[in-house]
Amino acid sequence: MKSVAIVGASLAGLSAARALRAQGFGGLLTIVGAEAHRPYDRPPLSKEFLAGRMTTVDLALEGDGEDLDAEWRLGVAATGLEQGRSLRIALADGSAVEADGVVIATGAVARTLGGDLSGVHTLRTIEDAAALRADLDAARRLVVIGAGFIGAEVACVARTLGLDVTIVEAAPAPFARALGPEMGTALAGLHEAHGVRLICGAAVRSLTGEGRVDGVLLEDGRRLDADVVLVGIGARPAVDWLDGSGVKVGDGVVCDTGGATSVPGVVAVGDCAAWFDPALGAHLRVEHWTGAARRPATAAQTLLSGGAAVPDALAPPYLWSDQYGMRVQFAGHTLPGDEVSVEEGDLASRRFLAVYRREGRTVAVLGVDQPRSFTRWRRRVNEPAGAR
Amino acid sequence: MIPACPLAALPRGEALRIETDPPIAVFHTEDGELYAVDDTCTHQDASLADGWLEGCEVECPLHASRFDLRTGRVDAPPAKLPVRTHQVVVRDETVYVVPSDLPPNLPPGVRTGSA
Repeated sequence: MKSVAIVGASLAGLSAARALRAQGFGGLLTIVGAEAHRPYDRPPLSKEFLAGRMTTVDLALEGDGEDLDAEWRLGVAATGLEQGRSLRIALADGSAVEADGVVIATGAVARTLGGDLSGVHTLRTIEDAAALRADLDAARRLVVIGAGFIGAEVACVARTLGLDVTIVEAAPAPFARALGPEMGTALAGLHEAHGVRLICGAAVRSLTGEGRVDGVLLEDGRRLDADVVLVGIGARPAVDWLDGSGVKVGDGVVCDTGGATSVPGVVAVGDCAAWFDPALGAHLRVEHWTGAARRPATAAQTLLSGGAAVPDALAPPYLWSDQYGMRVQFAGHTLPGDEVSVEEGDLASRRFLAVYRREGRTVAVLGVDQPRSFTRWRRRVNEPAGAR
Repeated sequence: MIPACPLAALPRGEALRIETDPPIAVFHTEDGELYAVDDTCTHQDASLADGWLEGCEVECPLHASRFDLRTGRVDAPPAKLPVRTHQVVVRDETVYVVPSDLPPNLPPGVRTGSA
C-alpha cells in the first residue's frame, strides 16, 4: 500500500494516522478534515472548555513537535468516494484525493429539532461551545432537551454560572439508554440536589419565539420559559457522503471486528463506524472517546495487512462524565433486562459502584466517584461467566 | 522529606495518595519497588493512585494514558507531558518521599494552591 487517505481529522482520524506510522506505513498519507482546526479534543467542550477552565490551545490533540509526515487538507469536506483502479475521494472544493487505502473517520453530527430560532444550540464543535457559552453568559433560563451526558454536563456548567436550568427528557429516566433506567434514576437525584428541574417522560412539541427562542412547549401542554435551549438528543453518523460509494451503511459504516468495511481497502473508525461486537453478537456504533482513540490501531492493522491480520479483542465501550464534581464512569454495554447490583458504596450517597450482569456474566460496570474500584472492575467486563 | 506511611501499610500492587500540594502518588510494584510521582495525570484531572499498576507503569483511570514510574515518561497517549517523579526513601520501616524541586506538569485547569 503506497498511499492512504484518512477522511476525518478528529481523534479517530489522528489516532489512525499515528497507528499507521507506528506500524511502519511509510507511504503518502493525506488527512482530510471538514473543520478548519487541527485535531482537537471534544469531551472538554461540555466540561472544562464551556466552564472557561480550558482554552482552545489546551484542546490540541497533537503533541508539540509531533510530525506524522502527512498532507493535511483541512476546512474541506469529503463529498464522495469512488472505486476505480485506486480509491478516489471527492472534496467540496472540487478537488480530489486518490489513495490505495482509505480510513473513514468522519464522525457524527448532532441531531437537531429543525427550525432557525437563535438561542437554540447543539454542541459538537469548538464554535458550538463558544457560541453556547456566549449565550449562557447573557441568559437567565436554560432548557436542555435530552438528558444524556452532554446535556447533563451543560446543565451542570450552567448551574455554576447561576442559571435557572430545566432538563426535559422523553424517556422515563435520564441516561436511560446508556445506563439503564435504574441507574439513570439514581443519577437523576444528583441533578435535582443541585437545583436542576428534571422533567422526564415528557416529549417536546415545539420551540417557541419569534427570531429568538423564548420557550419550549411540551406535548402535555406545559410551557417552559427559556432564554437559551440546548438540544442534546444524540448524534447521527456523518456518512451521507458515502451514498453511492458501495460502502455498506446501516446505523453508521458497517464494519467487521477489525474495522474492515464492505469495500476492500476501506476501513472505518470512530463515531461513524459500527463495528461487529462479538460480545453482543451485533454491530454497534460506539460514540465514545476511548473507541476513537484505541480502535484505529486495529483498523490500521486490518488496512496494512489487507485484512489478513487477526484483530485484537475489542475493549468494552467506555465513557466518563463529570457532573457537579462527581466522576461518572461506565464500561460495557447494557441491554434491557440486565441485572444491576450495587457492589460498593450506596445509591443514597451517590458514591457507588454498580455491576450489570446478563446470564451470570459481567457485561457492564458503572462507577460514580469510585475511580479505584472502577479501574479494577472494568477489567472484568465480558469475561466468561465464572472466571472469577 | 515527607513521611508517607508505614511500609507495611502499602502492600505490593497498591498505591497511596499523599495530600501534598500538588498531591503525590506512591506506588509499591509487584516486584517490590517503590516509586513516587505527582498524583495528577498530566492530561486531565485524575488521580494516578487510582490507576492500574502493571510492572513499572501506571495507567490513568480516566483515559488510559500510561506513565513509566521510573522516569515519568509517557508510554501511551493521550498525555503529552511526562509526570514529575519524586525520590522515595525507606527508613525504619517507614516510606518517605523527597519532593522534587522541578516544576510539575499539571493538566489545564488544575493549579497548585500556591500558584
